[in-house]
Amino acid sequence: MTEIVRDRIDVALVVNGEPVEARVPVGQHLIDFLRLELGLTGAHASCEHGVCGACTIRVNGEAVRGCLTLAAQADGAEVWTVEGLTDTGAIADLQAEFVSRNALQCGFCTPGMLVAADELLARGGVPSRGEVREHLSGNYCRCTGYEAIVDAVEAVATARAGGDARTGEGGA
Amino acid sequence: MTIQFGNPDRPNSYIGKTVPRPNAPRLVQGRGRFVDDVALPRMAHVAFVRSPYAHARIGTIDAGAAKAVKGVLRVFTGADLAEVCTPWVAVLAHLKGLKSPPQHAIAIERACWVGEPVAAVVATTRAAAEEAASLVEVDYEALPVVTDMMSALDETTPVIHPDLGDNLAFRRLHEEGDVEGAFAGAHTVVSARFRTARHTGVTLEPRSILVDWNPAEGQMVAWHATQAPHMMQTVFAKHLDIPESRVRVICGDVGGSYGIKVHVYPDEVATAAIAKVMGRPVKFVADRLESFTTDIHARDHVIDARLAVDEAGKILAMDVDDWTGIGPYSVYPRTSAIEGNQVVNLCGGPYDFANYRARTTVVFQNKTPTCQYRAVGHPIAVAITEGLVDMAAAELGIDPVEMRRRNVYPDDAYPVTSPAKMRFEGLSHQASLDKLVALMDYEALRKDQAEARARGVHRGIGIASFIELTNPSPFMYGIGGARISAQDGCTVRMDPDGSVVALSGVTEQGQGTEAMLAQIVAEGVGVTPDKVRIVTGDTQVTPYGGGTWASRGAGIGGEAALQASRALRDSILEVAAAMLQSEPGRLDIRAGAIVDPETGEERLSLEELGRIVYFRGDTLPKGLPRELVQTRHFITSDYPFAFTNGVQASYLEVDVETGVVTLLKHWCVEDCGRIINPQLVDEQIRGGIVQGLGGALYEEIHYDEDGQLINGSMADYLVPMAAEMPDMIVGHVETPTKESLLGAKGAGEAGTAGAPAAVMNAINDALRPLGARVTEMPFTPERILRALGKIEG
Repeated sequence: MTEIVRDRIDVALVVNGEPVEARVPVGQHLIDFLRLELGLTGAHASCEHGVCGACTIRVNGEAVRGCLTLAAQADGAEVWTVEGLTDTGAIADLQAEFVSRNALQCGFCTPGMLVAADELLARGGVPSRGEVREHLSGNYCRCTGYEAIVDAVEAVATARAGGDARTGEGGA
Repeated sequence: MTIQFGNPDRPNSYIGKTVPRPNAPRLVQGRGRFVDDVALPRMAHVAFVRSPYAHARIGTIDAGAAKAVKGVLRVFTGADLAEVCTPWVAVLAHLKGLKSPPQHAIAIERACWVGEPVAAVVATTRAAAEEAASLVEVDYEALPVVTDMMSALDETTPVIHPDLGDNLAFRRLHEEGDVEGAFAGAHTVVSARFRTARHTGVTLEPRSILVDWNPAEGQMVAWHATQAPHMMQTVFAKHLDIPESRVRVICGDVGGSYGIKVHVYPDEVATAAIAKVMGRPVKFVADRLESFTTDIHARDHVIDARLAVDEAGKILAMDVDDWTGIGPYSVYPRTSAIEGNQVVNLCGGPYDFANYRARTTVVFQNKTPTCQYRAVGHPIAVAITEGLVDMAAAELGIDPVEMRRRNVYPDDAYPVTSPAKMRFEGLSHQASLDKLVALMDYEALRKDQAEARARGVHRGIGIASFIELTNPSPFMYGIGGARISAQDGCTVRMDPDGSVVALSGVTEQGQGTEAMLAQIVAEGVGVTPDKVRIVTGDTQVTPYGGGTWASRGAGIGGEAALQASRALRDSILEVAAAMLQSEPGRLDIRAGAIVDPETGEERLSLEELGRIVYFRGDTLPKGLPRELVQTRHFITSDYPFAFTNGVQASYLEVDVETGVVTLLKHWCVEDCGRIINPQLVDEQIRGGIVQGLGGALYEEIHYDEDGQLINGSMADYLVPMAAEMPDMIVGHVETPTKESLLGAKGAGEAGTAGAPAAVMNAINDALRPLGARVTEMPFTPERILRALGKIEG
């Protein structure tokens, strides 16, 4: 870590609906900022180079890698983590389906997986199983073998399309 | 005392039903508590300086620049830690001849693999510790490197540990019957060289530990991502000179384990030693490169094997020569000889034949140490066996399913002892095969395959029967001197409001241990599962136990829970009988109330019973036992292991132009005895299958000739992702073990055991008309194209 990287910068962002102001090292990743500074330990650091998806969070409406995003880049951004999405109930149906189908085992990948799946669901319609698998292929799960996850996402998409009144953010 | 498992309408019938996991809602809400989520006051972070050489003498260590980094507290060398932490030697007496040198928490004189810890830097932040670690200057003198396992014993190969005399860690030869005679007289002999690649577990949560030492209390507390908290308690106590009663290991949520987190790692012991020296909490969380270079590896085997059959396809003899390289040290305390030993024990497992020879040769090399990883040895033994069986079937023109039917032990033959001297209490190969053929509609699939072939599309069907070793007794480790408990315990208590708490020595890493235990306790006591709170993973509060490995959680931990629950039920009924002026035998507990078993009429709620016992004990007869806490332990004793069985099938397509394999569908029928929670068993099977599919198609750790690990990232070490994986159909046959009331055997490794062989056989089924065959995993496009002769070399 060089002296330049150790420099700090002021950021102001909205995390899970709450305004946050902080002075962060310019080299600090967003996932570390969320976990270490804000105590939001739901999303996890795992591969730390953008492959596994365990750190997936929602930034300005898109699912992004918290380990490839600098906290400094989030200045002015709207950030949602699994904690906030839980509190608002935005993904309650998806979470319930994960539980009832046991679409998680150790649960380490799950917060990231839910954010990635929600991004697909927010597009509306009922994706094919192949499309679900393709969309989640940036999120690594070593426990489940993926089938129950695909089942859960498919079931939620079907339920939401079937006249469900839910109108989630970005549901276009 | 019996439970009418066959009657789904019996009272409190939770065993055998899908009920939700009590810990799942927490995990989907991001409220899990993994080690890295825990932060303590004055917590420091440790980062390790790791050897960049596969083999080197360690000279002077200059930490001057490192210590100048802001936030750095201290730097430790191997010699520093050796003053407070004794080394270990990973051998077991029953693995005769196994040898390994003393291993220190941090290397002292020599580093023996790339990634071995050479120094440790402690700082107030992880970033500072990592930065400073990169500034520690170590004067290395490169030494000759041993990487190739097959030449490790050659006279011209350098000996890694001169004190041991040679690079042979362990060798075992098992011979039964007249192998040479059987081969000489056989109608057909098939042979092949098989290779399984070096894998690692790639747990999504890296290895993690946070250790606090309170010198005022003489107490160590370790928050540890481990499968075996009591084993780690013993290890820390022994090597850091602390009474076991003063070491508490807490194992909260664990982000995947698969066997990776059941071993003793030098950097984790070093973290504990450093915490003891510094008298403050110290955290170590491996980064991903550290995971690849220091998590145990496994399955690096080369096997020459042959099979002799008669003209009807009946197996006459099997001959296996297995080689594996385990790195420079046998891993403590389970040892690195077990995997090879399992290959010897498990080859030919499903089949009734008489003449068997198997040898395993386990050698040292300068690579990451290998040890037990999910389905230890099974994927290797099953691939060898099933590969040869398919080759023989093809040679004789016998259908692969029929070939297996002719050779498996009949379902009414048990108990039997295999030529490898494994004892099987009761298996169901025939019923499982029948069920598989029906599930997959084998005939229709063959038709589809033929139609595809006519279109120039190469599809293949692969079958793999297998056995799986579960519920180990002390014969696995204890008899060799390892302080690893084969027994497990459970304490069940009723609280004043009638709710129940159960403390178990087995642990949860996502398998559903807590759900399984809650179901058993609910049924055993007579309450609804939501009234049961399960506590695992804390050596200060749970009964001593082995933890979760070798698919023992349900079979061992579950039986202890059932027995403790039934004992609590008896205690409750004794009190209830006194209160109701009845007799225990004329009362039952259902859904949290004392009832008349004939009519189901409620006589007394458990809440009221709890109120009386805890707060108005004066109203009960003097001398009446009122022990609403009961503990029971369970250990298997009739059989060294409870074997399970199953059969898998793969249907896939091989693109003969690109060599790419597309998995179309996968089936598994398995028999884990009594099923406690059907959904959780199915999901264990599915997850296990996919882990096996990874080994079959993608996973391979690569080293160069200097012993450098060259694909140490998730981008370079490929694992199964959602897009490539098939849907999986899972079926069951239930042959409960008679060793326990519960009758459960393990289910955690069956999927991984059989999947690679099924895929191999399916690929070869697809390629057979083209005259090609593959037996070296993973079956990459390159290997398939080479087999097809489309690329040279």
